[in-house]
Amino acid sequence: MFSHLDPVFLARAQFAFTVAYHITFPAFTIGLASWLAVVEWRWLKTGNPLYEQIYRMWVKIFAVTFGMGVVTGVVLSYQFGTNWSVFADQVGSVLGPLLGYEVLTAFFLEASFLGIMLFGWNRVSRKMHFAATVIVAAGTLISAFWILSANSWMQTPAGFRVGADGLLYPTNWIQVIFNPSFPFRFIHMVTGAYLTTAFVVGGIGGYYLWRGLHVKHARIMLGMAMIMAIFVAPMQLLFGDLHGLNTFKHQPVKVAAMEGIWETEQGAALRLFAWPDQNDERNRFEIAIPKLSSFILTHDFNGEVKGLKTWPRGDRPPVAMVFWTFRLMVGLGMLMIATGLVALVLHLKKQLFTTRWFHLWCMAMTPAGFVAVVAGWFVTEVGRQPFIVFNVLRTSETISPVAAGPIAISLAAFVVTYGLVFTAGAYYILKLIGKGPEIAEEDAYGSHGVKQPALVTDLAAGTGGKDV
Amino acid sequence: MFSFESFLDLPLVWYALIGTAIFLYILLDGFDLGVGILFPFAPTDQCRDRMMNSIAPFWDGNETWLVLGGGGLFAAFPLAYAILMPAFYIPIILMLLGLIFRGVAFEFRFKATGKSRRIWDYSFHFGSLVATFMQGMVLGTFVHGIAVDGRNFGGGAFDWMDAFSVMTGVALVTGYALLGATWTIMKTEGDTQDWARKCARYVMIYVAVFMGLVSLIMPLMNSDIKALWFSLPNFYFLQPMPILSVVFFVMLWRDLRTEREFRPFFLTLGIFLMNYIGIGVSTWPWLVPFKVTLWEAAAAPESQSLLLLGTVFLLPCVLAYTGYCFWVFRGKASHEHDPAY
Repeated sequence: MFSHLDPVFLARAQFAFTVAYHITFPAFTIGLASWLAVVEWRWLKTGNPLYEQIYRMWVKIFAVTFGMGVVTGVVLSYQFGTNWSVFADQVGSVLGPLLGYEVLTAFFLEASFLGIMLFGWNRVSRKMHFAATVIVAAGTLISAFWILSANSWMQTPAGFRVGADGLLYPTNWIQVIFNPSFPFRFIHMVTGAYLTTAFVVGGIGGYYLWRGLHVKHARIMLGMAMIMAIFVAPMQLLFGDLHGLNTFKHQPVKVAAMEGIWETEQGAALRLFAWPDQNDERNRFEIAIPKLSSFILTHDFNGEVKGLKTWPRGDRPPVAMVFWTFRLMVGLGMLMIATGLVALVLHLKKQLFTTRWFHLWCMAMTPAGFVAVVAGWFVTEVGRQPFIVFNVLRTSETISPVAAGPIAISLAAFVVTYGLVFTAGAYYILKLIGKGPEIAEEDAYGSHGVKQPALVTDLAAGTGGKDV
Repeated sequence: MFSFESFLDLPLVWYALIGTAIFLYILLDGFDLGVGILFPFAPTDQCRDRMMNSIAPFWDGNETWLVLGGGGLFAAFPLAYAILMPAFYIPIILMLLGLIFRGVAFEFRFKATGKSRRIWDYSFHFGSLVATFMQGMVLGTFVHGIAVDGRNFGGGAFDWMDAFSVMTGVALVTGYALLGATWTIMKTEGDTQDWARKCARYVMIYVAVFMGLVSLIMPLMNSDIKALWFSLPNFYFLQPMPILSVVFFVMLWRDLRTEREFRPFFLTLGIFLMNYIGIGVSTWPWLVPFKVTLWEAAAAPESQSLLLLGTVFLLPCVLAYTGYCFWVFRGKASHEHDPAY
């Protein structure tokens, strides 16, 4: 029934789908956890109840997102084996310890203290609760550290040798963990996660201001978000540029695909738009700025940029996908910087909280971070193809001995399940946003109570018998 | 490059560590999966709220042991991971999908109002049921033996589907249900506790029957296992396990007719431990029964050493703060709807 399907393509599609879906949650929760820590710190420091109310609203959104991140993340830790068992066997000695450390140093920390963050209000002191938030935020960053180290090693492998048995063995752990592209990818990703969160928070703040709801809270949300847009979005441009230069040095074929350059050129033009044709080995159409690509990559208008034809056909990534997702990411980054500049101008004119079109604009930018993060991952992961470990192992040679049928059916099952979960999650998050940061009386109860054993009669008295 | 190879049997140390991690997973996620299995049978919505609240702060941490089990196997025994995951392809995927449906139910259920809450009640129940049943089937297939071809799984997509693995699937459902019931006895009071006690009394009969069946069939299925358990002097050394199991069952049977709240849960843990050790002894020293031993599947000694170095410090920390979280949320669960506030 499925014999005409290519198991390698299906396995790649399944992994791409589950990992791209998963990354949207950490991309948001990494930033949100850090922001919640800042908000709670402001609350403890100033005693301003607005901060507490903002925290309590967003921690619920954090809980929904984090829950979805956890369940989709568990899937990944098993997919290395179910879909890429030959890869798991060959690189296990190198990458295994990195993932092991991720679980031991990050996952347990996040999962354990999340319980206190969500349910611990009446059970631990305010300081301990703040500590739990900080620990969860640190956990998300530690987790990003290890997983990006492992991913970067697949892009720029170092500190290993290929044994006589064809398996990969570690020779230097520092070189494995701090492989050449890791520092750049780590900073670029974490900054991306922070910006993703900033634009979500800013978008919701903009929505409240636009509707005239929860105005005091909304000013704090939009203000804090725009501080990120003003300062961090331009920094991201710099980090992205450094990451690109690092890729140019270690994976020039990926940069050639990102730039849509086929022939090796001195003074290569920057193709703003083009239609790369993989078979014809040319761009069917292009709008370009002369010499700019060489200048960006080599800091010399006449510097040499190697074209895709330098490498055999079988060693080139799918060019159009890399080319377009790269433009999508950079374009959104530019819009983020522009948003920050406009916010700065409006702030100086003292009109940031009264300019309605800008609030609409911020609402439109709410998903920008998610799209940019996923697009960026497509650039770096598709750009690594046809290799799974760059220039060492080919993707097609590392697939599990599983037939196309089970992979196709499980792919369909993941699409349906994730679609349902995403719809429900988005619905409940929108409901929480609709409800806003004001806290109703009845919510003030401690749960799971030892200090307040929730007798039915007490609750009936307290809430007008809602639950009885 | 450092290595502890010269003075430690690293694969053996890792076998023990991962064995412990998987056992902790079975206990910890076992009780919250068990709560999910029993969920729709609770007499009132209020009971269900209490049951859900009793595990809400813990489920995430509990499930992390599953990630450690998978990640640890990948790190310490990549060959075993590479053979076992494709062998269990369909049940593992179904387990993961089940875990998704039950995991999101925690948050969604608290946010849902009116009838839509029912959807997440069933999502929680069936997710837990499917995940548990699939874990049981994986266990059954594992002790049954795996087809291997070179360094790869050599069998078919449906090798995991046979009468024995269906039985171990059902057996694990009853086992987790018993853990869930005794957990509920410990963490609730009043009607919910009375119901959980009644539940545990029924469920433990099934657990005993299935344990007996599995213990009988395993030696019949495999002559090596038979030789291991019924030859002298092994027979005498291994006797404490079945004897202790019977003792725990009798104590549990009596406890469930008293007001005792804590001991039933710990007796159930004891029963699980005896079973687990029994399976470990039966499949020793195979990591992919009966093809690849734990020494053959081991990662490079440098890799096992690096991770061991961290584990020695980190695992006690993990256990300590996990314990702290259980302590923070000690006592009886309430049924308030939104436990965050």
